[in-house]
Amino acid sequence: MHLETLAHGHSLFHRLDPRGKLAVALAFSLVVATGHSPWAAGVGLGLCLVGCLAGRLPLREVAKRLVAVNAFTALLWLVLPWQLGLGGGWLGLSLKHHPQGLMLAGMITLKANAIVLGLMVLLATSSVNQIFHALAHWRVSPRLLQVFFFFYRYLHVLHREWHRMHLAARARGFQPRTSLHTYRTYAYLTGGLLVRSYDRAQRVYQAMLCRGFRGTYWLLDHFHWQRRDGFFLIWGGLMVALLLILELAA
Amino acid sequence: MSLIKMTGIHFAYPGRPPVFAGLDFSLEDGQRVGILGPNGAGKSTLFLLAMGLLQADAGAVELFGQTMRRESDFAPLRTRLGYCFQDPDDQLFCPTVLEDVAFGPLNQGLERSQALERAHAALEALGMAGFAQRVTYQLSGGEKRLATLATVLALRPQALLLDEPTTGLDPQTQERLEAVLRESELPWAVISHDHAFLRRNCDLVLELNQGRLIPRDNR
Repeated sequence: MHLETLAHGHSLFHRLDPRGKLAVALAFSLVVATGHSPWAAGVGLGLCLVGCLAGRLPLREVAKRLVAVNAFTALLWLVLPWQLGLGGGWLGLSLKHHPQGLMLAGMITLKANAIVLGLMVLLATSSVNQIFHALAHWRVSPRLLQVFFFFYRYLHVLHREWHRMHLAARARGFQPRTSLHTYRTYAYLTGGLLVRSYDRAQRVYQAMLCRGFRGTYWLLDHFHWQRRDGFFLIWGGLMVALLLILELAA
Repeated sequence: MSLIKMTGIHFAYPGRPPVFAGLDFSLEDGQRVGILGPNGAGKSTLFLLAMGLLQADAGAVELFGQTMRRESDFAPLRTRLGYCFQDPDDQLFCPTVLEDVAFGPLNQGLERSQALERAHAALEALGMAGFAQRVTYQLSGGEKRLATLATVLALRPQALLLDEPTTGLDPQTQERLEAVLRESELPWAVISHDHAFLRRNCDLVLELNQGRLIPRDNR
């Protein structure tokens, strides 16, 4: 399982300090998500597209992720422009076209794409570990961070365990079908995974105790704030301010 | 002085037949003990009891001459024993290898710079100097194993408890691991199914079977 395909690269965005990128990403997402102006969202999307090209992100992977997002927004386009009314028509129900819904679906699509693309440019260009460290430097609650980190660390291990169990089932001729046997087998696999992860959690905790753990999860510095990070922070701030002006002008 | 001394240990997992009913075990300073035994005989359980990670139903555990009764007795002494778990994935829980290796020394109250120095030295000793910034879950099986040994050696323990340290290693990696162990000049207790490995590296080999430790001819 490899989830950090965009984190490899040498573009400007890959080299920037994740602390600065995190701050800009947060401000950008907040402004875009809460805004009402299609202009602001559109310009936001445009900025992210430029960033995407400047960061030389693999476009195929970016497109794949955007397709996943837009599978959801497509549902909105199907549902939002219609209003269900009572009386008349088929079965006493009538469908009315609702142009405002169309606007709304468009707005949500624009915002969702801008934010997801923005996060790909700004956050996915760092590894999850770097983001984790950056969050710690921004003094996010250590407990929350530990949960986040343990989740990510053991996601890989559990995924491997799931894969192994699945292989073991297949090696004995298991083929998923629409049958009670299949449902039962998946229930066993899921149950097995739960039990195993509980045991694993216990062993990890024991291993931590063996090395003197008393509640502090240590982090070591390895970020170096450079001049380009300062520039980027100012530039990012200006772009977010531009979006805000567009928003207020509307 | 005995580093570890366990006498008359009784222990059972809930709802299971007893694992130990009156087991004695000790590890003396300078001694290298190997432990063999069938699966499920309780080899890992023995180590967990010695570290105070499981509580014996009856019997006494002494570490470094002190009687251990409760968690607060065990906690300060644990890092003086370097316990290497069977599955490296249990032991490597920090983002980077360096952070994982420095985790123990930082818990011991060392300054950041001293802890880092120790971590780097431990990695260097295992020929893993280039791995400091690597992400733990992306290491290979052999690299993970060596990294766990580094996390334990960085504690500067007085003895090692190793649970199947050579399982799944290729001959070269196993050779490197053995060389580091021998160079450390530490006493240890090691669980393994590999008779040849135990013969090479231990002066006493015990077999754990049906809750008893019986000395094996070490030839």
